[in-house]
Amino acid sequence: MQRAYIPQAIARQPWRVILPLTALVVFGSMVLYSAAGGHFQPWAVTHVARFFVFLVMAGLIARVPQDWFKRSALPIYGVLCVLLVLVELIGGIGGGSQRWLNLGFMTLQPSELMKPGIVLVLAWFYSVLPVGEVNGWRAIAPAVLLLGLPAGLVMLQPDLGTGLAISFGAVVMMFLAGLPLRLFIGGLAAAAVAAPIAFFTLLHDYQRKRVLVFMDPESDPLGSGYHITQSKIAIGSGGFLGKGFGHGSQSHLDYLPEAHTDFVFATMAEEWGMLGGLFVLFVFAVVMHWGLKVASNAPDRFSRLLAAGMTTTIFFYVCINLMMVMGLAPVVGIPLPFMSHGGSSMMTNMICIGTIMAVDRWSRRSGTGLL
Amino acid sequence: MKKMLPMTSAILTNKFERRTFVLGMGQATVGVMLAARLGYLSVAENEKYRAASESNRVNLTLIPPRRGWVLDRNGAALASNRADFRVDLIPDRVVDADATLGTLAPLLGLTADKIGDIKDKLDKARGFQPVEVASNLDWEKFAAVSVRLPELPGVIPQRGYSRFYPTGPSVGHLVGYVGPASADDYERERNPLLITPGFKIGKDGLEKHFETRLRGVPGARRVEATASGRVVRDLGTREDVPGKPIQLTINGPLQDYAARRIGLESGSVVVMDCQTGDVLAMVSMPSFDPNSFSDGIGRIEWKMLSEDDHVPLRNKVLRGLYPPGSTVKPMVALSFLEAGLDPNASVNCAGGLRVGNRVFHCWNHRGHGTTDMAKGIYQSCDVYFYHFAQQIGMDIIATMARRLGLGQEFAMPYPGQSYGTVPDPAWKKRKYKSDWALYDTVNATIGQGYMLVNPLQQAVMASRIASGLELSPRLLLDRHAPQPRSMGFRQEHLDYIHAAMNEVVNGRGTAGKARIPVEGVQMAGKTGTAQVVGLNIGNGKGGLWKHRDHGHFICFAPFDKPRYACAVVVEHGGGSGAAYPIARDVMTFLFDPGKAMQVLEDFEKQWGGDVRQRMTTKYNAYAAQYGASAPKAPDEAQAAEEVAADNKPAPEPSAAQTDAASPAPEPDPATISPPDAAASAAPPAPAPSPSPTTRP
Repeated sequence: MQRAYIPQAIARQPWRVILPLTALVVFGSMVLYSAAGGHFQPWAVTHVARFFVFLVMAGLIARVPQDWFKRSALPIYGVLCVLLVLVELIGGIGGGSQRWLNLGFMTLQPSELMKPGIVLVLAWFYSVLPVGEVNGWRAIAPAVLLLGLPAGLVMLQPDLGTGLAISFGAVVMMFLAGLPLRLFIGGLAAAAVAAPIAFFTLLHDYQRKRVLVFMDPESDPLGSGYHITQSKIAIGSGGFLGKGFGHGSQSHLDYLPEAHTDFVFATMAEEWGMLGGLFVLFVFAVVMHWGLKVASNAPDRFSRLLAAGMTTTIFFYVCINLMMVMGLAPVVGIPLPFMSHGGSSMMTNMICIGTIMAVDRWSRRSGTGLL
Repeated sequence: MKKMLPMTSAILTNKFERRTFVLGMGQATVGVMLAARLGYLSVAENEKYRAASESNRVNLTLIPPRRGWVLDRNGAALASNRADFRVDLIPDRVVDADATLGTLAPLLGLTADKIGDIKDKLDKARGFQPVEVASNLDWEKFAAVSVRLPELPGVIPQRGYSRFYPTGPSVGHLVGYVGPASADDYERERNPLLITPGFKIGKDGLEKHFETRLRGVPGARRVEATASGRVVRDLGTREDVPGKPIQLTINGPLQDYAARRIGLESGSVVVMDCQTGDVLAMVSMPSFDPNSFSDGIGRIEWKMLSEDDHVPLRNKVLRGLYPPGSTVKPMVALSFLEAGLDPNASVNCAGGLRVGNRVFHCWNHRGHGTTDMAKGIYQSCDVYFYHFAQQIGMDIIATMARRLGLGQEFAMPYPGQSYGTVPDPAWKKRKYKSDWALYDTVNATIGQGYMLVNPLQQAVMASRIASGLELSPRLLLDRHAPQPRSMGFRQEHLDYIHAAMNEVVNGRGTAGKARIPVEGVQMAGKTGTAQVVGLNIGNGKGGLWKHRDHGHFICFAPFDKPRYACAVVVEHGGGSGAAYPIARDVMTFLFDPGKAMQVLEDFEKQWGGDVRQRMTTKYNAYAAQYGASAPKAPDEAQAAEEVAADNKPAPEPSAAQTDAASPAPEPDPATISPPDAAASAAPPAPAPSPSPTTRP
């Protein structure tokens, strides 16, 4: 077979997901090129460059043994929590909300890293939890504590989007860990009751306004409804085939806000139309499918939960971002994985991918072991 | 309760697989939903969003149409347009008004009071209403603003056309002025043109009355622009269609001359053509400069205009009502003639007329001696008219007054005209529920008492007496207008009156110095002096300006073949001596402009320059004294209200008058002495008298 001529280290890589991802990133880079008015700077080149840097990082993560993951889960979680507190303190001193820690050579957003972090620590928790305890309170209370601390800190920043992303990842982890179904049904009911209360008490004014405007964007066409309205115009005016590469008037004439970050999908859809949108959805479907498949094939409870959780984290990004740009969700600052320009989100997503690749590797090793 | 199975790893794995499947299905469902949404937006709703994107991309800028010109009878412009550079602010788009104005002030050389005015307007304007910062800029200033646009959001520099009145204040009341549309205007019309920077709407006078005709159709410029308004490229331009011009009967140079000739006085001049009724000049001074009104009324300007007791904002020709004084005497005489009175019938004037146990005084207490109709007119003898008015009766006089245009409403294109009163017994009965008394006739025959007229009506009266034609004032030039009908007076009656009026100027009359210095042209006229306060307060000649008599003069020339008729009113001029020199020079201008100009230029040297120079001097003095501390100018509506209040004629007395007004120490004091000695006693006229070239 031809395989024999290819070094095993390369042949072993999950090309069926790396190739579509690379295609998506290159496509994203083209969109960024166009959004910059036909220039590689400042976004297109760094986008691709970052992807390859983080791809190498993902490859390295993939080689980390499972033991290390398990042993480092709690310490990583602890460090991230400390960082979140630190951000809160510095923000408190500096006045106003701050989400970044300036490390000198780069800015670090701990809340971003907490998304895979919560998945890791919960996967570890449920893997060490005795099987018989799954239906008891011991399965719930620690998990809720583990979630509550970072989610609370992030919401305090205030960063509703990331807080929801962390919570969503954690809840899906609990669901997959086999906690009783009635908990989730009850939780859903409770959320339905609590949401209106939270809306009027917990949310900040600007967040409340965003939600209200989401309900009726045309009520405030020049204010907060502007984002949604302009994004829908961009996507809608693209049609099936789009206006053509470099011909998106909404993004080029600055009508579309955040055309290179949160609303990059609208920028793309304007020029590439529904066809481009379907391509993006297709790639994400491939990634999701791969991730869940890896999870199903994983050899043990820890790696199963880990892979499924990481997949879910990416899914949540994609789902919320696309719903937002198409006017199905309020405007929350969540970028589209692999397409939006931005280092932090690229890193988080590549950590997720790397982790899934690691799980894939473990299962193959155990698989080969059986052979 | 579920049965408690011992939980095993296998069960958990199974559970995981089932739940992962559910999760996968959930994700797939979301994916399908997103795809469906995408399809709905980009295919099903494509039309709608494509249109929205086009309307984002393409910016339609209206180009204000050039306004139709206002022309004089010879085609010279009274109001035109000139190309200019201007800078406007759109309040909605301005981020920090103070900072923006701070940047603009040094660039455009704006003074503190100007900035105050702009801030007032910004406070009042609705967000989308452009506020003018400056116009008539030179290229350097315009360019200086243009290059700094990125740091000046909401600032719109543009080149366009602005209204230009070459003779400025001379046509202020005649033509009116333009200004930015008010919120009310926009409310009424809902036309986007009204909130286009640089567009002006007629605010007063003809500019307002003929707004639809003058406005024209806006052009449009289609550009591709970014969300912040930066123009990326031009997509095409549609030219504007200029408004249609209107041509007036006005003689532009004459209008300007008359305005300048009024000088420091508060007065009005109306000149009419005796063949057609064309209004050749219609001047009310002092006035405002419509050129500087087009960017709104500034605080200093407003202070200056509203504090002026000469009421520059009132159009005195149409809104000023005055007792006409003795200028009604030719009219009264004509009514006597038409009623069959022999012009040679005389009375002896001994300085008063005794009726019963009362004495009605003549203005000349020493008396005129034997007085027939001609002498009654040229010496303005009151006793003659007292006497025969009692014989003929007030109804006949009032009828003649109305036939000649007093109290008549003329369809002039101006709002808020005042038409005055011609009293008669029926009117008094209706109005005051009391009977006509002898003193009412006495008052009315000398143009006092209840009688009130405006200067235009006086001009019409003069033209109808001069021509015997039923002339009506016409302001819009129509060369094919039907020939006016005859009034039906007997020509010999008219000739008699004309001769008597000629005597006023060229003979033994009360206005000897009104003779015009043109060979072969003799002017006929009649003086009038109307009292403002009783003799117990002031003698009407000097003292408080507000207490001085109004001066009137009506005239026409040439007396034997009337061509032009004219009426002059000088408020508080101290008598007719203030009015007839103006009439003389204005009429001279029609026959010999050079001679008239020379006289005017001599005057203007004494007055401190022409109208505009004097206004500038005054403005600068005000600006230096008050600067930005002047109270802010009222907005359009308020200003209009104040002006309207100002323009309301004095209300008719609510109680009936109970006595005869003592006639003002009439005409020219010079004529108190016998006519041949008149030259030696020149009156202390408020306006310096011209060189005595007109003396015999």
